[in-house]
Amino acid sequence: MLKTSPLRRYLREGSLPHFFCPGCGAAQIMNFFLRAADEIDLDFDKLVAIGGVGCTARIPVYLNAEALHGIHGRTLPWTTGIKLHNPDLKVVIFAGDGDAAAIGGNHFIQAARRNLDVTMIVVNNLNFAMTGGQVAPTTLQELTTTTTPYGNREMPFDLCQLAITAGATFVSRWNTYRSRRAINAIKKALQHKGFAMVEIVSQCPINFGRRALGTGDPSKGVQWIEERSVTVEKAGKLPEEELSRKFVLGNFIEKHKPVFKGSSVYEVEGE
Amino acid sequence: MTDNFGRVLTGTHFMLGNHAVVEGALAAGCNFFAGYPITPANEISEHMAARMPLVGGKFLQSEDELCSIFSVTGASLAGAKAMTATASAGFNYMQEGIGYAVAAEIPCVIVDVQRCRGENYATQADVMQMRWGASGDYETIVLAPLSVQELFDHTIKAFNLAEKYRIPVIVMSETTIALMREKLVIPEPEAMEIINRKKPDVPPEEFLPFKAGPDGVPPLPDFGEGYRILHSLNPHDERGSIHWDPDVFDSMYKRIIGKTNHHRDEIIETEAFFLDEAEIVLIAYGSECRPALDAVQHARAKGIKAGLLRLITVWPVPEKEIRAVAEQASAILAVEMNIGKYAGEIERVSAGLCKVVRVIKNQGLIHTSNELCAAIERMVS
Repeated sequence: MLKTSPLRRYLREGSLPHFFCPGCGAAQIMNFFLRAADEIDLDFDKLVAIGGVGCTARIPVYLNAEALHGIHGRTLPWTTGIKLHNPDLKVVIFAGDGDAAAIGGNHFIQAARRNLDVTMIVVNNLNFAMTGGQVAPTTLQELTTTTTPYGNREMPFDLCQLAITAGATFVSRWNTYRSRRAINAIKKALQHKGFAMVEIVSQCPINFGRRALGTGDPSKGVQWIEERSVTVEKAGKLPEEELSRKFVLGNFIEKHKPVFKGSSVYEVEGE
Repeated sequence: MTDNFGRVLTGTHFMLGNHAVVEGALAAGCNFFAGYPITPANEISEHMAARMPLVGGKFLQSEDELCSIFSVTGASLAGAKAMTATASAGFNYMQEGIGYAVAAEIPCVIVDVQRCRGENYATQADVMQMRWGASGDYETIVLAPLSVQELFDHTIKAFNLAEKYRIPVIVMSETTIALMREKLVIPEPEAMEIINRKKPDVPPEEFLPFKAGPDGVPPLPDFGEGYRILHSLNPHDERGSIHWDPDVFDSMYKRIIGKTNHHRDEIIETEAFFLDEAEIVLIAYGSECRPALDAVQHARAKGIKAGLLRLITVWPVPEKEIRAVAEQASAILAVEMNIGKYAGEIERVSAGLCKVVRVIKNQGLIHTSNELCAAIERMVS
């Protein structure tokens, strides 16, 4: 007899099977989130899970929580309205790199600057996967995608550095190979008050792997990412040139600042 | 005068149009506002920034109009009565959010203080964008006030309609009235009708979030009340599950559009001036009704049987009222401050019944009553 995973109770009834490709990292990261949520006893009645558009954005569709879905890049504006009106709700965003770094880039900077109280899990699969594998702001240089047939000539974004510079108060990056570190980072992010971002570099066998790496094998995709990953402790010893082709992993920052309550707040002294 | 800390400033005021919008919103129970700076809508944001925190609401100066409209939809789902305001160029950016609010059925109010492209002069050029500016199918409700008093009244009405039908409602403001100061009378709170959204009357396990009763409007719980609803732009069934099926899609939008179309008689408001035996009828909306009414009165004084049909609700089209005029009059003058846009709707509705003449002005200026008087006189000479 098949045993049902105890995490299954966090999924919306009737929402399976999910639509992720075999070997997709987004499905794995949904699992990471559920484990993290389970380990800290997250209250799903007070959870609002938000996705924009894309593969990662589908994760909230499967969660048995309040959910918003279907508009590309506007996850943080939604969150801003929700959190200002009801700060007691827990908002978790599942964003792809396109959602976070491309179309939603300005919202990302502004929400980090404001220290909006939100957990943002960015699944960085290094390309626009749902639309067929186009180049993204996170794609490494020289890689072949459907819109960079002669190799990517753009510089990639370092989302973690961007978040730190903009004012985020919890920033972490891991990959799907280091699952326990990723789960722990998500747990910390969920317990953090303020703008918490966890970026997880993730394999996309079908649309990234086949084109950029020449293989649709998920395990080879995971391996390729892990081979290019270096912890922040070791990264300091590497020359900048070499670092630009690496994924620096670690918990970069964790600090406490007042969270955003609105642009105009009237507070009587002594209250 | 009531003190400035009250939500409803009952009394008689001499007020700026943009400020009247804010007071109307607060009287309606608005407790979330987001806006991005843009002329000539700035006084709405500035007044909100001062007033909203005093009455327990939230004010956001957004990073762009996309953030305005999406924070408004987010706040609304969290239980807020939410509004944003902008001017034409900013209204462009909001179309994505309006489309989402239509599909996910999120009550909210949008004020568009129309301005000429690139300049702040008067216009009614956004009238078509207000109807179908977003991608996908929908019918919307657009109200066209003509005075500072009506900016107050119609903002309340917009909230009531948004809450009643779970749709975005647009208040079509104009530079003319937004930046005008006039008398405004704010009634006692008890004297104003305030409608709030329907809430579920069954527990979460029995609740189908997108199943509606005969009125087509499903009840809407707030986030965090335990209902765990998926609010997606994607086609969804009554449970809210994303579901592609031609029939599901068709019935979903039939119901959503039906909320407006099946309640036209309750939604549509017009005002008739001198329509008895009128042979030449001006049809106008918004601030253009002011010179139009003047012109009709002048014409009547000269013995010309002129009248005015004022469209308070611009969308959905008051077809019944326009058709009645077309059946009676020998000519309709379609008065507008743009290149002639709504005139197409008037021509459609009165096709074969009477002649429609477009009286348009696209110079960043409202018609003068003399200009409209001359237009009437040309019809009888």
